[in-house]
Amino acid sequence: MKVSYYPGCTLKTKAKHLEDSALASLAALGVEIRELPRWNCCGAVHSLADDDLIHHVAPVRDLIRAKDEGSERLVTLCSMCYNTLARANLLMRNDEVKRKTINDFMTEESDYQGEVEVEHLIPFLRDVIGWDNLRAKIKVPLTGMKIASYYGCTLVRPQNVAIEPVAGKIMNEFVEALGAEPIDFSANTLCCGSYQVLAHPDSVADVVGRIIESASRAGADALILSCPLCEYNLLKKQEELLEKQKIGRRMPVFYFSQLLAMALGLGPESYRPDMSDAASVEFLKSKNFSVESAAVQA
Amino acid sequence: MAIEISEKTIKHEFIDRINELSGQDIYKCFQCGTCGGACPMSGQMEILPRKIMRMLQLGMAEHISELETGWECASCHSCSVNCPRGIDLARVMEAVRLLILRKNINKIEPSRLAEAVVRELPQIALVAGFRKLTS
Ligand code: SF4
Ligand code: SF4
Repeated sequence: MKVSYYPGCTLKTKAKHLEDSALASLAALGVEIRELPRWNCCGAVHSLADDDLIHHVAPVRDLIRAKDEGSERLVTLCSMCYNTLARANLLMRNDEVKRKTINDFMTEESDYQGEVEVEHLIPFLRDVIGWDNLRAKIKVPLTGMKIASYYGCTLVRPQNVAIEPVAGKIMNEFVEALGAEPIDFSANTLCCGSYQVLAHPDSVADVVGRIIESASRAGADALILSCPLCEYNLLKKQEELLEKQKIGRRMPVFYFSQLLAMALGLGPESYRPDMSDAASVEFLKSKNFSVESAAVQA
Repeated sequence: MAIEISEKTIKHEFIDRINELSGQDIYKCFQCGTCGGACPMSGQMEILPRKIMRMLQLGMAEHISELETGWECASCHSCSVNCPRGIDLARVMEAVRLLILRKNINKIEPSRLAEAVVRELPQIALVAGFRKLTS
């Protein structure tokens, strides 16, 4: 089975720690996914207006690239890219009229009918590697770490692209496979405010406070996620909330793949503590993980 | 504030346009308020999504265009997945925004964002924000 990988813009810069840790982990697990030789920004959000087809062209072009590579699957790590690509894919598969218009418009590309499967790395790990297999390859079990998995919106809404019907199972299974203790919390799918950080930063701070408090109350030591925008909002707004004493303590935040790389026994050049914030790095130190990564280039 | 609602004030074209753009039937809404309860931004919203739905049903085009609610929406789809009437309210919110954006009115001005903010934000924040809040 041929699998293509779509990184998206943010993974090449601000979220390099998401990409590096995931790719190094996959290599350690013996799975090959190949980055699309050519790709463009997916547009980050799905167009919600019935007459707005032009914004579907970008994600569809990426899907066509995967198909042209002969891939059956296109794997993504960023939740927003996953959502945008998966929804564009369903549109091309299910809406005959819009499919024709988009295909006719993209005359320079091959026709596309939704042949490729878009998959996020977490279900990919379960389906292709399997939790038992993963468990067998863990070298440094994350024993004693209480990890809350934050899904946010784009992994679970709308339902037709949700990585599971009711959030809370798959990421907990992932956490368990790493040897850590999964922590359920009620705000696991509460939106972090997303792009409203541009227009309504205070509303974003308000929801971030609710997410962090919910995870704290449930007893989490740290939170994992897979969206660079969630990561940004959760880290940035925690600074403000702490200053205003609206949260009790700072919650470390990691990409799920950083914990995966750590548990697989890979070095800091893979899990990239140099890209994490100070509180998260402190947490790693307290758990005896190396945070020295002078050799790593940004 | 007294608001006059009569057959004369109801903008049917506006209602049709919202239905057309969103692919939804706004008359399906029976005002239960579930959407606002599920909405992460509702704590800070001046008018809750339920009320917007009622104002849409009454064709209150001008009133709606002056409200901040559509601009506060994060397109998270919480309302959509919880609405007992199956209305995809995130799409309705998008239609409300687009009727304004398509007059070439921007909600945020990219050129006025502070350089430090632009440097710091992940690309997806900028791309998503510009997609939803600029024309
Ligand atoms: S949840 Fe649906 S039916 Fe209830 S008020 Fe909101 S839009 Fe109307
Ligand atoms: S899509 Fe918008 S209106 Fe609906 S719950 Fe999310 S933020 Fe609120």
